[in-house]
Amino acid sequence: MTGPVALAATDLLAVDFSAADSLAPLLVADAFTGIFDWFLTAVVGGVFSWLAGVTGLDFLGYPYMQRAYLSVLCIGVVGPLVGSFLVYRDLSMVGDTLAHTAFAGVALALFLDATLGLAVPPLLGALVVAVVAALVVQALIEYTDARSDAALAMVLTGGFALGSVLISLTGGGISVGINQYLFGSLATVSRADVGLLVSMGLVVVGSVAVAYRPLVYVTFDETAARASRLHVRAVNTLLSILTAFVVVSAMRIMGVILVAALLVIPVVTASRLGRSFKQSLLYGVLAGELAGVAGVTVAYLYGLAAGGSIVLVALAGFVAVAAGHRLA
Amino acid sequence: MTAVSLSDVTFSYGDVPVVDGVSLDVPEGEFLGLVGPNGSGKSTLLTLMLGLRRPTRGEVRLFDRPAHDFADGERVAYVAQDATDAARDMPVTVREVVRMGRYPRNLFGRFSADDREAVVSALDRVDIADLADRRVGALSGGQRQRVFVARALAAEADLLALDEPTVALDAESREAFYDLLGDLNEQGMTVVLVEHDIGVVTARASRIACLNKRLYFHGDTEDIADSDALAAAYGANQRVLDHDHGHGRYHGNSHDRQRGHSHGDARAEPEDEQ
Repeated sequence: MTGPVALAATDLLAVDFSAADSLAPLLVADAFTGIFDWFLTAVVGGVFSWLAGVTGLDFLGYPYMQRAYLSVLCIGVVGPLVGSFLVYRDLSMVGDTLAHTAFAGVALALFLDATLGLAVPPLLGALVVAVVAALVVQALIEYTDARSDAALAMVLTGGFALGSVLISLTGGGISVGINQYLFGSLATVSRADVGLLVSMGLVVVGSVAVAYRPLVYVTFDETAARASRLHVRAVNTLLSILTAFVVVSAMRIMGVILVAALLVIPVVTASRLGRSFKQSLLYGVLAGELAGVAGVTVAYLYGLAAGGSIVLVALAGFVAVAAGHRLA
Repeated sequence: MTAVSLSDVTFSYGDVPVVDGVSLDVPEGEFLGLVGPNGSGKSTLLTLMLGLRRPTRGEVRLFDRPAHDFADGERVAYVAQDATDAARDMPVTVREVVRMGRYPRNLFGRFSADDREAVVSALDRVDIADLADRRVGALSGGQRQRVFVARALAAEADLLALDEPTVALDAESREAFYDLLGDLNEQGMTVVLVEHDIGVVTARASRIACLNKRLYFHGDTEDIADSDALAAAYGANQRVLDHDHGHGRYHGNSHDRQRGHSHGDARAEPEDEQ
């Protein structure tokens, strides 16, 4: 059965496929969507409705808020998890860079839609462009003499520039939709967005679990890891791609401009709390979860920007921990 | 067997040679001190030896294999000059770092009893077992360097390469650290040590190589004093750091480096650090 399955993978990306070989992929996709829909409605919906009943907070029962909470719960895990391998190598700006290039991907998808009528999902465009940018960033850091922060700044601005030009090319017709990608939004997170986010989250967590040792070694001492014949380049490529996954999955809620914050702030907060690296990963995830849930709640209650609220709560957490650390 | 073998090795950045036509062998069990002034290419030579760079010309062999092609990562341990940079900020315990020594042998699987035992005995051998659960960033400089040596021991490495490991240490921990390296060498480990300070090298190493792009001297430690190699390699404008350790004077290396720059040193090649 490898044939149909392989076909399924390629056909899902194809825009226009014939009826004969579209049957198998549709069945697979249907089964997957079905399971996810059940998960979203029965499991997540059930838990949140119960919570709404217990706490008396009605908004926990709204499906779009449930999607928002599920999203930030995912982001709160993958952000600090991947960020922990960036922050200590002075690569904090990688997330921000990839997010800004992902914006070019969104713009490209909207542009193709507006001009050629190609219905490319914006997040897919973002993912493809961000992964390509991740590889470019890594090549720049590795092969050029440019210091890595300069290389990052060039890719960051380049990506954003491309995005803005693409938007202007469509005569401003799509700029209405672009705001939600720039600043994030609670209300516009669709079922498909959450599905993408959850599956990318599973990929990220699984990859980090498998590649934990090489990731830690390279983070701590890249040269020694190279001397020990670890495949440092492969590890770095994996890390770049995982970072692209994280920023793309989080950008619907956080917005392009702020999405990198959850790769960095919870990690820095946790660095003061954990003693071992594993402990600090755990604290980082906890800080990310807290910031995400509290941020979304505050954003809903007071009608504020979701991404901004989450970042400010995360920063408040950092300040509280830093102050507590100083007093202790 | 030969641990490292260099034949006519040249390495250039663009047109500027940093290492020029160096040939030397490091037999297994040797303690080689690699000395030379700032910017003499000694750190670069060390990375060439380990196969971290490929020479522009010439050949490097590591345990009888081409160095760039050498795959037994656990046999080689490297303590880079900047190894302590990440250690300061990153929350990571001594034990976690020493466990990294086992990673070349076991990168994905569960740690076996052998793996765990190697970690425990490595901690014991360098006397930091009581620090195992401390954060590396909270240790003193001397303790931190011991952690890196313990990582090499956990790997059961055959070759330990260190690049100015005691730059930030006080005289007493520096002496203790070099005693430790001497002990390990007596127990059979091959040690290659890059040092700015010639005094400590002549006291501990069995062989010494003096480099300033070219190899000025390579031989037994006791013979270097009688040769003109030091004066020739370091040149008249460089202060030779050959002081008596009994006085416990500390020469900050960064200070020396700055001095070299501020005097408008004519050497055009980049710093030999990475």
